[in-house]
Amino acid sequence: MVNEAFIFDALRTPRGKRKNGALNEITPADLAAKLLSKLQQKHSLDTAHVDDVVMGCVTPIGDQGGNIGKTAAQYAGWDVDVPGMQVNRFCATGLETVNMAAMKIRSGWEDLVVAGGIECMSRTPMGSDGGAMAFEPKVNLKTSFVPQGIGADLIATIENFSRDDMDNYALESQKRAAKATNKKYFKSLVPIEDQNGLSILEHDEHIRHDITIEGLKGLNPSFEMMGNMGYDAVALQKYTDVETINHVHTAGNSSGIVDGAAIALVGSAEKGKSLGIRPRAKVLAAATVATDPTIMLTGPGPATKKALNKARMSIKDIDLMEVNEAFAVVVLRFLRDMELDSMDNVNVNGGSIAMGHPLGATGAMLLGTALDELERSDLQTALITLCVGGGMGIATIIERV
Amino acid sequence: MAFDYQKDEQNIVTVTMDMPGRSANVINDEFSKAMMTTVDKLEQEDSLAGVIITSAKKTFLAGGDLEMLFQQEDPEATFKLVEKGKALSRKLETLGKPLVAAINGTALGGGLELALCCHYRIVIDNPKIKIGFPEVTLGLLPGGGGVARLPRLIGLQSSFPFLMEGKQVNPIAAMEAGIIDELATDQKDMFEKAQDWILSNPGSAQPWDKKGYKMPGGTPQHPQIAQMLAIAPAMLKKKTIGNYPAPEAIMTAATEGALVDFETASRIESRYFVKLVTGKVAKNMINAFWFQLNEINSGASRPKNVEPTETKKLGVLGSGLMGHGITYVSALSGLEVVMTDSSQEYAENGLSRIKTILNEGIKHGRTTKEKVDEILNRITATADYKKLADCDLIIEAVFEDRELKAKVTGMAENIMDSNGVFASNTSTLPITGLAKKSIRPEKFIGIHFFSPVHKMKLVEIIIGGKTSAETIAKAFDYGLKIRKIPIVVNDSRGFYTSRVFSTYTNEGLSLLAEGNHPQAIESAGKKAGMPVGPLAVTDEVNLGLVARIRNQTRKDMAEEGKEFPPVPADAVIDLMTEQVNRLGRANGGGFYEYPENGKKYLWPDLQKHFPPAKYPLTQDEMIERMLFAQVIETIRCYEENVVTSVADANIGSIFGWGFAPFKGGTLQFVNDYGIQEFEKRAQELVKKYGARFAPPKLLMKMAANNETF
Repeated sequence: MVNEAFIFDALRTPRGKRKNGALNEITPADLAAKLLSKLQQKHSLDTAHVDDVVMGCVTPIGDQGGNIGKTAAQYAGWDVDVPGMQVNRFCATGLETVNMAAMKIRSGWEDLVVAGGIECMSRTPMGSDGGAMAFEPKVNLKTSFVPQGIGADLIATIENFSRDDMDNYALESQKRAAKATNKKYFKSLVPIEDQNGLSILEHDEHIRHDITIEGLKGLNPSFEMMGNMGYDAVALQKYTDVETINHVHTAGNSSGIVDGAAIALVGSAEKGKSLGIRPRAKVLAAATVATDPTIMLTGPGPATKKALNKARMSIKDIDLMEVNEAFAVVVLRFLRDMELDSMDNVNVNGGSIAMGHPLGATGAMLLGTALDELERSDLQTALITLCVGGGMGIATIIERV
Repeated sequence: MAFDYQKDEQNIVTVTMDMPGRSANVINDEFSKAMMTTVDKLEQEDSLAGVIITSAKKTFLAGGDLEMLFQQEDPEATFKLVEKGKALSRKLETLGKPLVAAINGTALGGGLELALCCHYRIVIDNPKIKIGFPEVTLGLLPGGGGVARLPRLIGLQSSFPFLMEGKQVNPIAAMEAGIIDELATDQKDMFEKAQDWILSNPGSAQPWDKKGYKMPGGTPQHPQIAQMLAIAPAMLKKKTIGNYPAPEAIMTAATEGALVDFETASRIESRYFVKLVTGKVAKNMINAFWFQLNEINSGASRPKNVEPTETKKLGVLGSGLMGHGITYVSALSGLEVVMTDSSQEYAENGLSRIKTILNEGIKHGRTTKEKVDEILNRITATADYKKLADCDLIIEAVFEDRELKAKVTGMAENIMDSNGVFASNTSTLPITGLAKKSIRPEKFIGIHFFSPVHKMKLVEIIIGGKTSAETIAKAFDYGLKIRKIPIVVNDSRGFYTSRVFSTYTNEGLSLLAEGNHPQAIESAGKKAGMPVGPLAVTDEVNLGLVARIRNQTRKDMAEEGKEFPPVPADAVIDLMTEQVNRLGRANGGGFYEYPENGKKYLWPDLQKHFPPAKYPLTQDEMIERMLFAQVIETIRCYEENVVTSVADANIGSIFGWGFAPFKGGTLQFVNDYGIQEFEKRAQELVKKYGARFAPPKLLMKMAANNETF
């Protein structure tokens, strides 16, 4: 008899802009602790019951380095018995922690785990933790390293998606996110306040409520220059049927760089019962895969198939999908991979293009967004999937209970 | 003794490298022994004030002995050898006394490494002196401490062009780069400055041996350097397509070395050096660019027993693409040239193209107005054939038309110096046939230039049936005089270079006919090491010409009673020339479209005419086909005595049509592949793709005896 893993709750901060953003001033330990405190208060949780705080961070240096999971639990004043750790699976991190928490519960070795992630990208720029993939020449050379944007543009070229396809997608993401915000669909969102109780940020700050298609079309391609310097050549030496890479991604149709954090409380049915916390959903399956690291962003399709297979489900059994909008093409390629011809149940409340992609947190944020929407629309099953650096992909399937 | 050792009254020791029986100092066993003795002696000196290292030769120190490096096969022995040499220079560097390199002449490779080991470098300000690391051009890295020291001296990013591209500079530029500390006006000034520096810096040490040393520009952990390091590999791969291990090893060793202490950096450098020097690419490149190139330049293919000749006045018939190029390179090398064309206007046009090239040189600071005027003064551009009167060498570069060539030959031969040589710059017409229209066939020869003439280094000298040894010698000496690389071949259809080159493009066309993706074919061509993909280069050559040559060959062979073997490429040539009329760039489009204001792109209909195969070939398979086609044709040329030396074959392939330099040329390719494996693979290709891959008898015989080219 398998121990089912239940999701009791999921909370997130609003996402703050990188430049002159409201969250710039808040340290990562503080931001994460605010969510932990909110969770504790909301459920009158005796934190001594928490077996672990598994918290992700993709650039774990500086003030978000040194094991942010344990740091945040300590700073939040949680029981001294609560351990914590830090996880990095690049863009999948926030969801990976949820999956790891589910595995801990399903193994029966732990009963209550906090999962989640954080990324304060305004304070610790992407890539500032170094790493051999990009910065060690022999590794870079052997693995044909290119930045993600080159991979995104390569996918668009191969799949024959145009710049207009990308911009139209981006516009839709912005519209959906604006509508969801205005109608207060994001129940998992926790407004951030200062130590005096004064409001710092209540809503996702990156959404462009005044966006136009003309504005999107006017933006310069972001990856053309670096492509010309050499990255295009590296990619094309591998993708030999492609003559030139069509650079279609811009700052407007790629995910935004933001600050944010998210957590989820995962546990066993028994633990929920004993603490008097009602589960909202259960985790049906979780999967990670890896594909070619140079094109890098084609993981969601294969990861989804792997998870569906484990859950003995088909894509038709999924009511709602959250596919991370790292780049517009990632979602379009996913639809093609899964033979879906409609966006009606995909990213219904917008995504990272509109709201931003705080690397370590996004996966856990998407989980909360899906959960809120399942309840709001009275649906049963949801899929959350993300493309991941290094060619990886992740998928999680949940079902309301 | 290889080194002279003198101690003066100020207790300064001057070590003068002067290896007996050699024109230059080189690093070999003898050098190492002399260095060891010297360092021992220096260690035992009482009250030593400092050391000056200099040379009694014209150059400072030439670097490693390539004969010795070429023989390194065993990694362990090589590693020990390298580490031993480096331990010695490290001992010298850390003697605790001021150490000055008094650089009296060119210091390249190991020469510069010795200089970098010194605490202070003074060079005589002579613009002819070169400073740099040419190792990379031979598939090596500076393994005597160059990779560890240069970045520590001038910074990682600044060191890359010197280490990875083999950039060589004059003393002033070397000083600007921070490699040199001081310039001297002459030998005397150099020694005075060296002594002054020693006396005023008694406690000197290398910057990296001092406390608080920081690498200029920052280590790889500095954000700016890290950013550079993330894209530098891509920039390199764009150029090398992963075919050259040396610049990759240099980038890696320099970067990794910058993160550790000097001794560790030096050891990292040794390990990469050992991998390169015992590897195939360095062997191929040293063989071609050192041994075989030297062999050619020293006249191995020149007839013996003919006195050196000198061309006094050159005539060039035709001022078009080739004619003006030949005139330009000849005048540049100091020859008087008369360039003729059918009208004064045409001749002037040719002259103005020469002026354009020369003015570019002024613009980029490579030459001066005075020098350009001097060169132009040597050129006469005219429609008047009488001006050819005292020319002792005439090269015709008129259209590839037998009758026209016969006409100009006759006209010129009647006017020119009767002891002179007449040469045809034909790329396709057999020389023996053209010589039939000559009144002096023994003085008739082919000198095949490549386009663009001022950039392509090869000339292919073609011996006709009656060409005399003196005539060959004259053409050869002229080739060297204009600073080209002359190879000497016998007359044959397409001679050597055009004949073998066409097998590359043909194979590319065959791959297209078989339904491989056109871009995949182009990519494979470049990965094979060719400068341009087969379809792109065919567009440049023009399919009309390709078809004419093929049809002529087919006709000639039929007359000789031989069968012209059909290949899949035929269908492509026929379609492009007969049905869709797409002949190439000059005709507005071929395999590519050439939009007026944009980049060329593959003709979208290609795949309609050559539908994709169900199982397209892998890149590796296509690469091997394109390379094997050329190599096997070269072996046939060698077997048929068209090309008569291995050096000519290898060098001709690299400098003539850009055959993969890292393979060391078309015949060296077989040595690299292993002759028996090569034969086996050729047989497989025969089974899969046809008789054009059949290994020639010569190869089979050599393979049976496991010989090498």
